[in-house]
Parts: sequence; structure tokens; C-alpha cells
Amino acid sequence: MAKSTENRSLTFSSFVFHLHPPKVHAETLRFTLSFGLGGMAATLVVLLLVTGLLQLLSYSPQIDQAYLSIQQMYQPGGLGGFIRNCHYWAGNLLVVITFFHFLRVFLTTAFTGPRRYNWIVGLALFLLVVFANFTGYLMPWDQLAYWAVTIFTSMLSYIPVIGSELMTLLRGGQEVGSETLATFYAIHTGIIPVLMVVLLLYHFWMVRKAGGLIKQENTRGVAPARIATHPHLVAREVAVVCLILSIILLFSAVIDAPLGAEANPGQSPNPAKAAWYFMGLQELLLHLYPSFAICVVPLLVLFFFIRLPFGVKETPAKGVWFGGRKGALNAAISGIAGTGLTFFTVLIDDTFLIRKGSSQLSWLWRGLVPTIGCCLILVLLYFILVRIRKCSAGEAQIGVVSCFLCGAASLTVIGIWLRGAEMALVW
Amino acid sequence: MKLSKKTTGRSKSTGTGRRNLMVRFWHVLVALASFELLWVAGSLLKSRRVNRDKAQGSSHLIAAGNVNQFKPGEVKGIPQGGFYLVCQEDGSFLALSKTCTHLGCTVPWNKEKQQFTCPCHGSTFDSTGLVMAAPATRPLDYYPLKIENGEIWVDIAVPVKRDAFASFQIGRS
Repeated sequence: MAKSTENRSLTFSSFVFHLHPPKVHAETLRFTLSFGLGGMAATLVVLLLVTGLLQLLSYSPQIDQAYLSIQQMYQPGGLGGFIRNCHYWAGNLLVVITFFHFLRVFLTTAFTGPRRYNWIVGLALFLLVVFANFTGYLMPWDQLAYWAVTIFTSMLSYIPVIGSELMTLLRGGQEVGSETLATFYAIHTGIIPVLMVVLLLYHFWMVRKAGGLIKQENTRGVAPARIATHPHLVAREVAVVCLILSIILLFSAVIDAPLGAEANPGQSPNPAKAAWYFMGLQELLLHLYPSFAICVVPLLVLFFFIRLPFGVKETPAKGVWFGGRKGALNAAISGIAGTGLTFFTVLIDDTFLIRKGSSQLSWLWRGLVPTIGCCLILVLLYFILVRIRKCSAGEAQIGVVSCFLCGAASLTVIGIWLRGAEMALVW
Repeated sequence: MKLSKKTTGRSKSTGTGRRNLMVRFWHVLVALASFELLWVAGSLLKSRRVNRDKAQGSSHLIAAGNVNQFKPGEVKGIPQGGFYLVCQEDGSFLALSKTCTHLGCTVPWNKEKQQFTCPCHGSTFDSTGLVMAAPATRPLDYYPLKIENGEIWVDIAVPVKRDAFASFQIGRS
């Protein structure tokens, strides 16, 4: 008997130690360093896999049955609705948590040096999470789903050269129909989960290779304290897992995931809004020339974030939020500037410029000029921070990213709350 | 991945050209395999698409009503065809696609403002389908129509793209 318990604990601990080193740095256990965001995200992914697998048993991926099968999940006495709620809310929360995880890693300068390749893996995972959410909300085949997939596949047609071919390939024809749902069902339930699990394992392995979480640079010459992973780290991880699971399960028991009216190809809802995490992009589409909003700007943003750990040699203090007080102040000022500029630009464009119609030079005045303008503003901010506020390159980088992210967040807020029927500004 | 990195490292330090070549060879193989996988996925999707394109006809005429039913300046949605029939001030007719040329939403007709406004990204079009406000970059597509003995016939097989309004797009009785 005693031997068997010993064996069991051996298996458990060997599994734990396969993922973790036997000892960790004591200071990296501080909750305010990481807020447990990575662990929360991993927990949500597992919950999503389980609830997703369960939903395969109750969902029918045909356009004439999908909507009905979702409604049937909510029949009294069944658990289907609860499982869909868990999947829905966990998916939405995962977008929030992975975004904050990304912010945490950036703001504590945990993305440079040997960690920079893991930063890129992390960016890929974030895109995968957003795409998983997007393909997920097509599944119920309600109005939101139908028009979202129509808009998304139309967006592909603006990609140069391969665009229209790609659009008909994913639609399964010229129009959105049963083949479209079948394709996106395969992507959502097959391709994305496999890619995500593989990338996540690689992500974890790279964290361990880099020596665990980021820690502050040792200036005092004292060897940093190291303590046993089990129980110190394991206990904290279990607490985070239980916390996030209980939040999702309780929330899902009380609040049902939304389901719109059944898809109607003859009429778009007015206003037709995307899911909240895409409202920034939808707002951008209102203002920018299509191929710029769809191709140029997203590629520039992606390129910027991929390049981020490779550009700057002189980084802010590692393991310290914003690299210190001065960094936090810079980020706040830059963020306010970004928010103000965004609201101002949107207001000006909506009242004066947008009504001028289209001309042969729309791509210039509504595409190239505003894109270059935004880049110049960010470059200008960088030089103001370096020259006038006497920041290091790394600190200035935090300011620039803060300005950009606050601008993106403002677009999202405008899109969600300040757009009414016919996408007119309301307040 | 781990192995190949180590070997490249060693070959760089010792300068073993043959090992370097083998590693390159591996990379090329992996790239080729990924490309092949994508190609297989693409061709599978394509075979699914072909089936439906065959089912669609090349010409499809529907009756949209009689010229006497329309007043000049009237815009009427024809639900079974997915288009608007516009009776212009001079009594000529134009069949406009309901699909916004920006990203494919359905544009409703706003009678008070006499314009089409897209509910997705706010593009507006006038009653001839020309762009009044961005982000749309080209006018609404039209369907060819003809009028025989006062009956309006619209060919809804393929919406026709255009860059401007021209007289051949309209039909007269």
C-alpha cells in the first residue's frame, strides 16, 4: 500500500518536473510579476479543448441544422447549453487574458535576448487565439456568423494577386453557403486545435529553456534565493487554475452565451457589428482605403511587433513593470496622446472628410497619406521621448507601443459604443 | 529542430561544409513537405468548389414587374432576385445589386435621404449606385435588363462590375 502511494506520487512529481525545473527563483513567484496570466491562458485552452470535444457530440455543421442544433442545446434538463456557455465565455476571456499576457511580457521586458524567439511564438499563438474565436462564432450560423464570414472572405479578395482565388477557395464557390460552413468547421475543430497544442508545448519548453520567468538583474552580488518547485510553485499554479475555472463555471451557469437571429442572406442587421475584439479593425475599415486597412496596416503592425525584440540593444530594467517609475509616466503620457489623437481624427474624418465620395486618388488620400501620417506620429513620439524626456531607446519603445495600443483600444471603444444605425457616430 | 541547430553551430565553428550541406538539404525537404501539404489542402478545397460552380447556370431571366407599376424616382427591392429596381426621373430603369462593393453586406434603401447606406462600414451610394461616401471604391454592380411590351426582364445570372454610370446600363420602354 505504502509502496503504491509512493509510486503514484513519483509519477505525479515526475510529470510536474518534466514541465518545471526542480527549483525556481524565489522572486519569480511574486504574483504581481506575472499575475498568473500564462497559467490562466493554458487552463482556458484545456477547458476549451474539453468543452469543444463535448460540443462535437451535439452540434451539426450543416447550414440548415447548425442553428437548430445550438437551440436544442438549451432544452431544459440538458447540459449542452452550459457546456456551450463555458466554451463561449472561456474563448472570450482567453482573448483578454492572452492580450494581458502579451502586455505583461512586453512591459516587464521579458521578450529580449534568448526569449525573443519565444516572443514570436507567442505572437503566433495570440493570432491563433483570435482566429479560433473568429471561426468559432461562425458555427451557430446566426446573423452575426453569416455576415462575419461574408465580410471576412470579402476582405481576402483585396489581397493582391491571390486574393479572389483565396476567397472562392474558402467560400467553396462565389457565394457563402454550406461549403463555407464545412470549411470553417474543419478549421475551427481540427486545424486550429492541433496547431495550438503544438505551438503551446513549444512555448512552454522555450520558457523553461530561458530559465523560467524573467527575474531582476542581480546587482547586489548575492546569489538569488532558489526554492523547491514542489510545493511552492505548484501550489500557486493550482490556486490560479482553480480560481479561473470557478470564475468560468459560475459565470456560465448564470449567463447564457448570446445567439442572434437565424442567418438571413437577404438582409444585414443594422448596424452589423463584428465581435468586440474586431471592432477596432471594423472602425479602421470605415476610415481607410480597403487594401490599406486589410493588408498594409495589419502587415506593418505584425512586422513591428515581430521586429520589436531585435531592434533595441539597450533595454529597460528586466522584471520591473515599465522598467521603473519614469517608464510608467512616459507610457501614461503617450497613451493619453494616442487616445486623444485617435478620437480627434475619427471625429474630423466623420464630419468633414468621409462625405467627399470616392475618386481615382482615394488610395492616396484615404490610404497612403494617413498610413504614413500615423507612422510619422509614432516616429516623432519616439524622438520626443529620447531627446526631450532623455529616455533610453528601450524606454522610448514602451512609450511608442503604449501610444499605438491606446489608439487601437480607442478605435475599439468607438466601434463598440459610439456607432449606431448605418454606422453613424452616436453618443 | 534542436538537432539541426546544434549541427549548424558545430559546422560553422569547424567549417565542415558537407554537414552544412546536409542541414540545408533538410531545411529544403521540410519546406517542400510544407508546400506539398498546403497544395494538397488547396486542391481538396478546390474539388469541393467545382461541384457548386457547375450547378450554377449562365443566364437566368426573371420578371421584375410592369413599367406601369413604377413612378419616376421610385426604388423597389425585388427580394426573389436580390436586387433593386430603380425607376429614374426620365422613366428609364436600372437594376442594382444589393451587395455593397466594399465587403459584401446588403445595402438597404433609405427613402428619406434618397441613398443606400451600408450597415457594416457606412459606405453610401446614390440612386444610380454611385459612391457618395467612402470606404466603398466602386459603384454598386448592376444587372442587364430589357423591357418587352412593358414587362421588365432582369438577367440575374452574373452581377456586372462597373466604374461609372453609363447609358447602356439602363433599360427604356
